[in-house]
Amino acid sequence: MDVALFVTCLTDTFFPRVGEAVVRVLRHFGCRVHFPPAQTCCGQPAYNGGFHTEAAKLARRMIKVFEPFDAVVSPSASCATMIRQHYPTLLENDPDWRERAARLAARTHEFTTFLADRCQVDLAAHLRFAEPVTFHYPCHARETYGVERLQGWLTGSAGVDLRVPEHPDCCCGFGGVFAVDYPEISAAMLDDKLRLLAATGARLVVCNEGGCTLNIAGGARRRGLPLRCRHLAECLAESLGLMEPQP
Amino acid sequence: MSRSREFAARVRRALADERVTAAMRGTTWRKVTARAESLGALRDPERLRDLAAQIKQHTLERLPEYLTQFARQVQQAGGHVHPARDAAAARRLVCDLARQYGLKLAVKVKSMTTEEIGLNAALEAAGVEVFETDLGEFIIQLDHDRPSHIVSPIIHKDRRQVAAAMARELGCAYTEDPIALTRIARAYLRDVFRRCDLGISGTNFAVAETGTLCICTNEGNGRMSTTRPRVHVAIVGIEKIIPRLADLPVFLKLLSRSSTGQPLGSYTTLITGPKRPADRDGPQHLHVILLDNGRADILAGPFAEVLRCVRCGACLNACPVYRRIGGHAYDSVYPGPIGSLLTPLLDAAGDHYDLPFASSLCGACQTACPVRIDLPGLLLRMRAALHGGQPWSKRAAIRLWQWAMGSAATYQLGQRAMRAFLADDGAGWTTRGAGPLSRWLEARDLQRPPARSFRQIWEEYLSRE
Repeated sequence: MDVALFVTCLTDTFFPRVGEAVVRVLRHFGCRVHFPPAQTCCGQPAYNGGFHTEAAKLARRMIKVFEPFDAVVSPSASCATMIRQHYPTLLENDPDWRERAARLAARTHEFTTFLADRCQVDLAAHLRFAEPVTFHYPCHARETYGVERLQGWLTGSAGVDLRVPEHPDCCCGFGGVFAVDYPEISAAMLDDKLRLLAATGARLVVCNEGGCTLNIAGGARRRGLPLRCRHLAECLAESLGLMEPQP
Repeated sequence: MSRSREFAARVRRALADERVTAAMRGTTWRKVTARAESLGALRDPERLRDLAAQIKQHTLERLPEYLTQFARQVQQAGGHVHPARDAAAARRLVCDLARQYGLKLAVKVKSMTTEEIGLNAALEAAGVEVFETDLGEFIIQLDHDRPSHIVSPIIHKDRRQVAAAMARELGCAYTEDPIALTRIARAYLRDVFRRCDLGISGTNFAVAETGTLCICTNEGNGRMSTTRPRVHVAIVGIEKIIPRLADLPVFLKLLSRSSTGQPLGSYTTLITGPKRPADRDGPQHLHVILLDNGRADILAGPFAEVLRCVRCGACLNACPVYRRIGGHAYDSVYPGPIGSLLTPLLDAAGDHYDLPFASSLCGACQTACPVRIDLPGLLLRMRAALHGGQPWSKRAAIRLWQWAMGSAATYQLGQRAMRAFLADDGAGWTTRGAGPLSRWLEARDLQRPPARSFRQIWEEYLSRE
């Protein structure tokens, strides 16, 4: 299957290893991966900030970049949801773009669900963890996969010592521009989240969202907590022997 | 409009109060768990939520019809109905009724609608003594405080604060024992109930088919306050209507479960008209005030969905922002996610700019809402509606950013510039910086982008492997 990778600006800039893991895992399961180099940002910061005109300009641009492909896969549920859910809303009154937005929305997938549902990969069967593991459920995955599903992938993996955090779907306080617009509130939410994660005793946090990882890993480092975040794509690539484990 | 210093100050004040924060955290999480467990015990809670949302939406779409039917039924049952366009009109109506009937002592059932219109102060100015009879509201009144939650008004107080207020205001011996405190309040209010002549309530649901008011309480004070006094005045927001009595169970099943995790509140009171000759108790006169106060305008606009709200408070309990900043930070009768929408809608003249923006859009509210209000979606819509009013610096920044994202070349230039701008602490992290970066760094470090971006890796080797 031919797949276009929508890597997202955060992953491209801060987490290239996640992008690499996505490519290697997709190839492992038989996909031919393309990377349209014209891609930039999906426009979510503008959209969430209430700047719909600016967001729509970027949406049209991204549609042009990705519409030649039959399937678009992104390591971020949040950015995939921007295309799947918000592009059609954003362009619903634009007769030239409405159809194109809907077509791209239908072809865009988040990485883990694409693997599980389109490629029929049993994620749990391939995952291995050498240490206790906990997870952060990203709020923006709500439309894509539920907390039970993520938990199921982890629980099912061989020999896993999964430490389910209390209130696993609690927000980490990132919220995009929210984190810098309301730093006091965001910091308080981050404190709550870190307390829940640290209480599990695990040091490895599965976190599939770049924004949440920036927030959680940065917050843990500031507080001297020994937590490190990994995308499920990285865990899969390591388990499958496609990438060297990273300390 | 812009970010308000007052909002920031209220937030800081709330966050600094560790006693309140700890109480709030414990209580809200307990309620979240209780809600999930009690709804989970139903055969098909999701279908029930769909149904509740559909009934409310249907009613809103035919509201004038149902309001007419409701008014007719109330009158047929011997009650009176008065429309009130705004808060001032509603206050005037209640004060006029008090004067007309010569009423001197009012007992109140917990009601957010009467908070919204500021009824207590108006009645007191008109010479009517007012007593809140819900235990939480009673303590708020004693302590000259304001409710911080639409269901649990004293969620921000711990038992020591309650004990201190009761000892100070009632002259009773200081005790922190909740049972003893409740007994003291009960004895005090019994005397008030004996003397009262006006009962004031809101309503949870107003049934158009029968003209019935449904009031849900846990303490029985709702029943006392609406049967004992000579006159009962109910202030009913026009969005409280449901079509039929048969629709009521759908909401009763969801309301307390969403709110406190109880299958049903302890007292569900259905009131149809005043006392009939054969009745043993009940008020001689029933007056229903149908309050608009901005609701009709909301109904006509793009935020009509918020009028489905049944005021269960589930979105407050679920909200990680509310959990930390508490109700008072919102400076509104309606705090939490629903308050962030209702407040600017009901008080268009006020400066509530921050409310729709002070949210991570995590969606916990939507997951909890029994009538499936798309709270994050509406918050986004509200932000867009306010976008012209955003600070010029933010608008300029977004436009510059959007321009930079307009081509891969400028995007990559931005990537490189950012990497150069982020100072390395020697271990690949940024811990110091200016501007928006400094706000990020208030609570967390920022990992520096690695030397090569994904697209560089792709070009260098990954594409060719």
